Amino acid sequence: MAAQPQRIALLGNPNCGKTALFNLLTGSRQKVANYAGVTVERKEGIMRTAGGRRIQVLDLPGAYSLNALSNDEAVTRDVITGHSKEALPDLLVCVVDATNLRLHLRLVLEARQLGLPLVVVLNKMDRARQLGIVIDVERLARELDLPVVGTVSVHAHGADELRAVLDEPLREAPPAHWRQPGVEQVLATQRDVLGIFNRTVVQPAVDKDPSIRIDRFLMHPLWGFMVLGLVLFTTFLAVFSGGDVLSGWIEDAFGAIAGAVEAHMDEGLLRGLVVEGVIGGVGGVIVFLPQILILFLFILALEASGYLPRAAFLLDRPMSAAGLSGRSFIPLLSSFACAIPGIMATRTISHWRDRLTTILIAPLMACSARIPVYTLIVAAMFPNDALSASLVMVGLYVLGIVAAMTVAWVIKRSDKQASASPLLMELPAYQWPDVRSLVIGLWERAMIFLRRVGTIILALTIVMWALYTIPSPRSAQRGTPRSLAGELGHALHYVFAPIGFNEEISFALVPGMAAREVVVSALGTAYAMEGEEGDVDEQLRERITNEWPLATKLSLLLWMVFAPQCLSTFAVVKRETGSWRQMWIMGGYLFGLAYLASFITYQITNILTVP
Amino acid sequence: MDPLVANTISLDQLPEAGRATVTGVEVPADPAARTLALRLLELGFVPGEQVHMVRVVHPSGEPLAVRLDHTTFALRRSEAVLIQVIPVA
Repeated sequence: MAAQPQRIALLGNPNCGKTALFNLLTGSRQKVANYAGVTVERKEGIMRTAGGRRIQVLDLPGAYSLNALSNDEAVTRDVITGHSKEALPDLLVCVVDATNLRLHLRLVLEARQLGLPLVVVLNKMDRARQLGIVIDVERLARELDLPVVGTVSVHAHGADELRAVLDEPLREAPPAHWRQPGVEQVLATQRDVLGIFNRTVVQPAVDKDPSIRIDRFLMHPLWGFMVLGLVLFTTFLAVFSGGDVLSGWIEDAFGAIAGAVEAHMDEGLLRGLVVEGVIGGVGGVIVFLPQILILFLFILALEASGYLPRAAFLLDRPMSAAGLSGRSFIPLLSSFACAIPGIMATRTISHWRDRLTTILIAPLMACSARIPVYTLIVAAMFPNDALSASLVMVGLYVLGIVAAMTVAWVIKRSDKQASASPLLMELPAYQWPDVRSLVIGLWERAMIFLRRVGTIILALTIVMWALYTIPSPRSAQRGTPRSLAGELGHALHYVFAPIGFNEEISFALVPGMAAREVVVSALGTAYAMEGEEGDVDEQLRERITNEWPLATKLSLLLWMVFAPQCLSTFAVVKRETGSWRQMWIMGGYLFGLAYLASFITYQITNILTVP
Repeated sequence: MDPLVANTISLDQLPEAGRATVTGVEVPADPAARTLALRLLELGFVPGEQVHMVRVVHPSGEPLAVRLDHTTFALRRSEAVLIQVIPVA
C-alpha cells in the first residue's frame, strides 16, 4: 500500500479562501515565520485527518500563476518546483473558489504538470449554491483525473470531506514537465479550461453576484469617496476613543501592581529597578496595545470583506499624482499601526520602484508608537483646550502624509526611465469576514507586539534605568555629579541645541531610536519623577508646559513626525530591500528632513516669540 | 464612433456600463509589457470572453473596473490598452 501524506501544501489563487481554510484545518496550531532568505510570510501548522493522524500543512502565498510576477508568487513557484530549501510536499492541495472556477481552474491545470500528487478542493461551496452555480463534482474529478472535494471554510465541519481524503494512500503522479509557458501554451491551457468548465459547470445566465451593484455605489466617483472618508474617519475615531478607554484600564492595572510591589519590597535599588524600570517602562508601552489592535481589527476586517482593494482602487488616481499606484494604499494604511507590517505588506507590489518608494515613505505614516509622545507634548501645549489639541494632532498626521507624498513624487521625478506603474488587481467578491481568521490575525499581531515588549523594550528600560542611576543616584539635583545618562545627554545636546532640545530631550531620544514609545518614560526618568504612572505623566506635562519654550515643543513635535526611529524599522527595510544602501538612504533622508524641519521651526518660532 | 460598427477597439475605449467581446491581447516585445500581457491572458482575457465595464472612476479614464466572468479586475489605462474588444450593441 502506498504511503499516506505527511506534509501537505495549500496552493491557490489569492482570494480563494485558502487562508480561512488553513485556519479551519489547523486552528491555533500554527507558526508564522519567514521563508529562508526572503521575507514572504511562511505559515505552517499541524492538522488532524479524519483518521486522527497529525500532519503538517504549509499555507503557500496566493498565486494566480507559476509564471511569477510578485515576490509572493515567486516563493510559491520555487517551493513547489523544488527550487527552494523547503522540502517538496507529499501532496499539493489545490484550493479553488467554486464561485470562480473559470479563473481558478487554470492553476490546477498548471499544477498538474508539477509531478506531485494533487487533490482539488472546491472552496466556498455554500456561496456557489446561493449564486445558483451547479458543479458536477464527479464529472470534474473524471475530467481532471484528480480527487475533488468540496469545502466551506467558514463552517466548523466545512472541511470534513478533505480530512477524510487525506487518509487515502497517495496516488502516483505523472512525471514533472512544467516549464515557463509562452503565449501559445497559455492560450492552449485556457482552451482546455473552458472545455472542462463548459462540461462540468452550469451557471445562471444572469450574474447574480451582488458585488456588481455594491461596486456601482462604493466605487462611485462621489459616493465612493464619501464612504471611504467615513470609513477612515470611523477607524481612527475608534482607535483613539476606544483605545483610550482600554488603555486607561491597563494603566490602572499597572499602577496597582506597582503599588503592591512598593508595599512589599524594601526601599532600595532593586525596588527602584522593578517599580520604575520594569513595571513603569513595560506598562508605559503595553498601554498602546489596544490602539494597535483596534487599528488592526479594522484593517483585517476591511480587507477580509473585500473593501480595502476597492479603497485602493479609488485612491489609485490621487496616488498616481505622487507617482504611486493604489496598490501602495494597504501597506501605507497598515503603517499607521506600525511601519513593520506595513513594509512587509509591500511584497504584493510587483513593480520594484513602487515597492521601494512605498517602503521608504512608510515610516512617515504616524505609527501608534508616536501617539504617546504627540499626546504628551500637545497636551502640554494646550492644557485647557481640547479642540486645539485635537486639531494639532490631526495636523501632525496630515503633515506626515503630505511629506510622504512629496518624497514619493521626488523619487519618481528622479527616476529617468520611469515606466508606468501597474495596478492590475482583482476586486474580490464582497463577503462577511471570517471570525476565526480575524481572531487568529489579531492574536498574531498581539503576540508580535508583546514579544517586542518582553524583549527589546524591557531590556531598554532596564538599561536606561541603570544609566540614570549610575554612578550617582538619579534623584541627584543639578550641580551634583552627573549620571551616565546625564553625560550622554550633555554630549548629544551640542548636536541638538540648534533645534532647541535640552539635555533631557537629547538623552530621551537615544532609547527612542529603539522604540519610540520609550521617549515618554525616558523623559519621566530624566526629570526624576516619583510616584505612580499616572502621576508621572501629570507632573511631566506640567513641567513641559512651564519649562519648555514653545519653540522647543514645536520643534520636538516635528522631530517626531520625521525622524528615523525604531531600529526594527531599519532592520526590516534592510531585509525587505536586501540592501544596506536603501536602509541608509531611508535613515539619512529622514534624519535630514527631521533636522531641517525642526531647525526652521525652532528658529522662526524663536524670532516670533522672543522679543 | 458608431457603436453599431463592429470595430475592434482597445478596452480602455469601452464606455462605462458598456459590454464587449474580447478578441485578443496584444503581446508587445518589451519584456515587462510581455509579462503583463501573459498575465492578462492567464487571468482569462482570451478571445470570445465577455467583459463588462463596471466603473471608470475618473474623467481621465482610469482606473477602470472590468467584470470578466465572475471576477472584477481593476486596471490602469496602460494595461487596458493591451486588450482588444468588439463592443456588443
